[in-house]
Amino acid sequence: MMSSTIVQDIIHQHGGDKALLLQVLLAVQDADPQKYLSEESVNEIARILEIPRSRVYSTASFYSEISLQPRGIYLIRVCTNAPCENAGKALVLQAIEKELGIGAGQTTSDGIFTVECVNCLGACYMSPAIKVNDVIYGDLTPEKAVKIIAELRKEYQDGQNTSGSCI
Amino acid sequence: MGKTPLDLVFNIEPNVFVSLEEYLRTGGYAALAKSLSQGAELSLREIINSDLRGRGGAAFPAGKKIEMVRGNAETTRYIICNADEGEPGTFKDRFIMTHIPFQLLEGITIAAYLSGASQGYIYVRHEYPEAQGILIKAINQAEEEGLLGENIFGSGFSFHLELFSGAGSYLCGEETALLSSIEGKKGRPRLKPPYPTQSGLWNKPTLINNVETLANIPKIIEKGASWYRSLGTEDSSGTKLISLSGDIKKRGLIEVPFGISFAEIINDFGGGPKEGRKIKAVNIGGASGVLVPPELLDTPLEYKACAQAGITIGSGAIFVLDDTRSILDNVQNRLKFFLHESCGKCTPCREGLRQADIILDKLIAGQAGVKDVDTLTRYTGAIQEASFCGLGQAAGNTLRSSLTYYREEYLACCQENRKSAGGEDLALMEETA
Repeated sequence: MMSSTIVQDIIHQHGGDKALLLQVLLAVQDADPQKYLSEESVNEIARILEIPRSRVYSTASFYSEISLQPRGIYLIRVCTNAPCENAGKALVLQAIEKELGIGAGQTTSDGIFTVECVNCLGACYMSPAIKVNDVIYGDLTPEKAVKIIAELRKEYQDGQNTSGSCI
Repeated sequence: MGKTPLDLVFNIEPNVFVSLEEYLRTGGYAALAKSLSQGAELSLREIINSDLRGRGGAAFPAGKKIEMVRGNAETTRYIICNADEGEPGTFKDRFIMTHIPFQLLEGITIAAYLSGASQGYIYVRHEYPEAQGILIKAINQAEEEGLLGENIFGSGFSFHLELFSGAGSYLCGEETALLSSIEGKKGRPRLKPPYPTQSGLWNKPTLINNVETLANIPKIIEKGASWYRSLGTEDSSGTKLISLSGDIKKRGLIEVPFGISFAEIINDFGGGPKEGRKIKAVNIGGASGVLVPPELLDTPLEYKACAQAGITIGSGAIFVLDDTRSILDNVQNRLKFFLHESCGKCTPCREGLRQADIILDKLIAGQAGVKDVDTLTRYTGAIQEASFCGLGQAAGNTLRSSLTYYREEYLACCQENRKSAGGEDLALMEETA
């Protein structure tokens, strides 16, 4: 959960009462460890900007890249448009879902992975493509997709071990 | 890729990032300096004479649009660079932002000067974090070097530019929806008129142009309108960025002068269809464009010729389908895309697309009849003609063109025409969106 001060700081950085709502929503979501807009965050934003909560929800719920549900550390987005579809997206998505044991729109119970279907990533020259957080992977096969997940798992484990040894 | 002759507008080099240092070394920002010294009137004349048209899809004369903002009595004006490139199959603006960001920034700054705007936004879709990062850095660098900000080149002209991130809505590429989005609302379209040039962002006159359009401007100012016109044809001046993908040997971004044929683009740059395959259909202009049969590919890439042939150049996406592809599957993929992106404001788009999708489900499952194809044709007309904004109107393009050129394929799926053996391979596509 996000603390009220963090939300306040973000709004302040975005110009205080002149802050543009959509930019505030994205920044608050980015700062949340679970990469979503919690009810508490929505309440805080509405309070500080002095607008009704319904207005914040109205905007937040319209946009696909804003989530009102907690999401994983690795956000895997699978492009579903025609260039990727024709290049074998269905098999890639299937492999990812099978490997993680979840369907599109869901998060693994350990909170590490979320899978979402999205529209065009602008990577049609290397379709089928997926995006993991900010990195695009192209020319995928089901095998390559499973390998990427294995690498992410390892990266996560290593990160855990490192932070463990620091303490 | 391909054999683009050099000295066009963008001169694409796939893996080269043009830094500010490199851009300045090769003549960058000379056009801004020239504009500021020769004055806005003369520079605007050059843009008007170049016959540059909007490259986002609508092909509105760019000079005229600047003139409309400039002529406004209200002096608080805005400029917005529309970088919400969400048209499936299109990746040209992404390339400009990630490879030649300063050509874009210079173009925006010149357009701001010509229209009298002192504040601008680049509205970049959230799906392009790399482009956002590069642009934020580029804006900071330009500010440090006095290429943005107060009193640029000592001319007295001040211009502030900020990046605004979209949040995953295709509809926000529509200019009035984009305005609502910056204003903090749902990205729903507004009624036009008033046009944004009269009443745009926070009800002030606003110039909204696509990335590619704005990135053309420095070259036009630098080399002149007649040079620019010499690149294209009498009807369509300059060059077009083409995003080439699908069932061809080479995929990627190319820059071509107007007048080249679609067949040349696909064969000379894309290497033609894969070994042993034939082209069945080509989707031109992205998901909101049309499906075109091979017979029409000799049409030149030209606004007038394409309009006559019923082809939408749109964003310049060319997506090739070979003879292994099902037209109905591809049409449904686009339909589901529009259904997901429809804002729900008007009934023809919201409900029409849903009903069309249900009919396609039935057709693909082999449970539809010829009368369903007729109903689909009727709904397509309603969606195209009665939708509130360009999204619904464009959503009908794929349906309309596929029903015109590939009606046989629709009819072959109908119960009246199906052989009992053919049913298995037409399994219902699983909905994943």
